[in-house]
Amino acid sequence: MNADRGSVVSGTLKLGLFAAIAAAIVAGGWRLTGERIAANTHAARLAQFESVLGVTVFDTLDYDAPAIVEPPHRLPGDAPARIYEALDNGVRVARVFEVQAAGYGGPIVLLVGIDAAFVVTGVRVVNHTETPGLGTNIERERSDWITSFDGRSLDADDGSVWALKRDGGVFDAFTGATITPRAVVEAVHETLLYAQSMDAAP
Amino acid sequence: MNTIWRDGLWHNNPGIVQLLGLCPLLAVTNTAVNALGLAIATLFVLTASNTIVSITRRALQPEIRIPAYVLIIAALVTATELAFHAYAPTLHARLGIFLPLIVTNCAIVARAEAFASRQPVGRAFADGLAHGLGFGWVLVIVGALRELVGHGTLFRDLGTLIPGAGNEGLTIVDGGLLIALLPPGAFFALAAVLVARNVIASRRGQDNPELAREQS
Repeated sequence: MNADRGSVVSGTLKLGLFAAIAAAIVAGGWRLTGERIAANTHAARLAQFESVLGVTVFDTLDYDAPAIVEPPHRLPGDAPARIYEALDNGVRVARVFEVQAAGYGGPIVLLVGIDAAFVVTGVRVVNHTETPGLGTNIERERSDWITSFDGRSLDADDGSVWALKRDGGVFDAFTGATITPRAVVEAVHETLLYAQSMDAAP
Repeated sequence: MNTIWRDGLWHNNPGIVQLLGLCPLLAVTNTAVNALGLAIATLFVLTASNTIVSITRRALQPEIRIPAYVLIIAALVTATELAFHAYAPTLHARLGIFLPLIVTNCAIVARAEAFASRQPVGRAFADGLAHGLGFGWVLVIVGALRELVGHGTLFRDLGTLIPGAGNEGLTIVDGGLLIALLPPGAFFALAAVLVARNVIASRRGQDNPELAREQS
């Protein structure tokens, strides 16, 4: 009886000691890597915004404090949309919209850069769950397709018809995948329409 | 000592003989580099957990052994994941959930319980290395097979694991069969490796040596 109680107490103490050792390993790991991880995340996010803004010159972009548009909104996707402003000498030169397109395998999170003249400066996919090898061509690392939005606007006279070629538009589809590029084209188009309506509103 | 290496790398290989850890084995092997990344992480966790378990084996009564292993393995996996996040962020993003899921790889707790808890530190360390490398070579072979058939390349995106290395990889043929990159391709590639292993084993007359040994 006493021996039983003794082993329970010592077992508890030992497990407690192990928990402390485990916590020390995790805390030590965090101390060694935390700063670097934060720096990596920061750099990756900044690089993404820079590629979306393309040639636009800007000096300030506060990507920690976007304007959040709660659904229902006229931007693509059912999730809250985020709008980041890029400033140069205090003047807004572009906006970056974080919106969701309805892809084949789920939402495709997009960053869409639109400058003050409502010209698309760049589009990048932040996150998606499309079919590997088919829908994944929307990634910049996999193909140039996503850059076909660069320089497009709503002006019909520059030939920008916002649809896939097979739907009578100007954008290529991928072999074996239509839903994914169609969703991205529609999402960018809706974002552009929204951007223009933002400044038209009083 | 030699049996430890022979067991881990071949006779009792976690991937193709014990068929443990199939979930990560099938999920992340779409390229050789992804597979290599997970192999390195698993190797580290397995070796470290075997060593710690062996060091503490006399202090732990049977009732609390498993919870203590779970704590050790979870802490090691978390530290490994942090290291990947800090030093190979792209690969970390690509391996995603399968890095933290190493904690559920039964191969690790199996080695802790079946081997490291009864063996001196040196042998437990060697056993962890042997089984980690055994699991790793299967991962890399399956990954290389799928990448070769699916993309026609080998070791593309190596820069995500080794900073400064090129991301083009070796192009063996142009283009590839998509099916190899999709989930069914993982089963086909693993099946091919299993067939090869079984043919070699039966030619050498080593049919199920691990079963024979465990039952004797």
